[in-house]
Amino acid sequence: MTRLSTFDKALLNLLQGDIPICSHPFAEMASRLGTNEETVLSRVRELKAAGFLRRIGTFFDSNRLGYQGTLIALKVEPSELNAVAEAVNRYPGATHNYEREDQYNLWFTLLTPNAEYESNILAEIRSLRGVEDMLRLKANKKYKINVQFKLQ
Amino acid sequence: MENFSRQDKAIIRALQEDFPLCEEPYKILAERVGISEEEFLRRVRQLIDEKKIRKMGAVLRHREVGFNANALCAWHVPPDKLDEIAQAMSLNAAVSHCYDRTPVPNWNYNLYTMIHAKTRDECEKIIGELSTATGVGDYKILYTKKEWKKTGMKYFCEGLPTN
Repeated sequence: MTRLSTFDKALLNLLQGDIPICSHPFAEMASRLGTNEETVLSRVRELKAAGFLRRIGTFFDSNRLGYQGTLIALKVEPSELNAVAEAVNRYPGATHNYEREDQYNLWFTLLTPNAEYESNILAEIRSLRGVEDMLRLKANKKYKINVQFKLQ
Repeated sequence: MENFSRQDKAIIRALQEDFPLCEEPYKILAERVGISEEEFLRRVRQLIDEKKIRKMGAVLRHREVGFNANALCAWHVPPDKLDEIAQAMSLNAAVSHCYDRTPVPNWNYNLYTMIHAKTRDECEKIIGELSTATGVGDYKILYTKKEWKKTGMKYFCEGLPTN
């Protein structure tokens, strides 16, 4: 694993915050880090290629775009778990899908434009072989969504 | 539901793809939508003001940066204290997500936090501290065993061909 230098950590901390909304955002970041645009861009590309960055881009508030989010827990027969996980992955609205250590062993979030759309997808998933139970946990208030890791 | 114009949707679809790593990234995105860079930047600022954009930036792969113990912790919180407790838990830096969710029969947990730590011991210590600080003793730790998928949502693509 590539060791992160002090500069890398400062760069990643800045990059996790807000990318400037201006014509040359990486030049703006460079001036805050005391370097130049080319240095920032080349290092960001390298860190991305080395797998440190999951995604660089825009994160929307799904509710404000008219989408609803639900957390679904499935109790799946262990022998069918891989097949069910792969079937869930195929839905574009299933954005996060994790195997967890519990009798409810597969947990995923589902974003859909309306309740009917959600119900149709969940009916399909509930009927997959090996799915023994399903919990449907509708999101109310989001108190925190902040996937930022301060690197020191 | 608010109506989004075709152009709004085109801007959102351009923004939700990987951010171009080049000197003038917004110019490239604007070209995809067919508008000027200036107009594109104006619309991005507007989407931020309207809080439709939460953040523009990077998400790290937390395992690569050393966070190996990740758990969803579900809490059973008295409804009249939900707001206060959720806000208190959100202040903890190890908590990345904190949502309240409607409980269902046989599953009375109503508050959900994602906790990230370097080890399980550290993770359990954080959860113990949250429990003590808020007085919530009924909780369930659901460790992540395998990540099957974690991706950004593609909005306004229903009915479009997927890969």
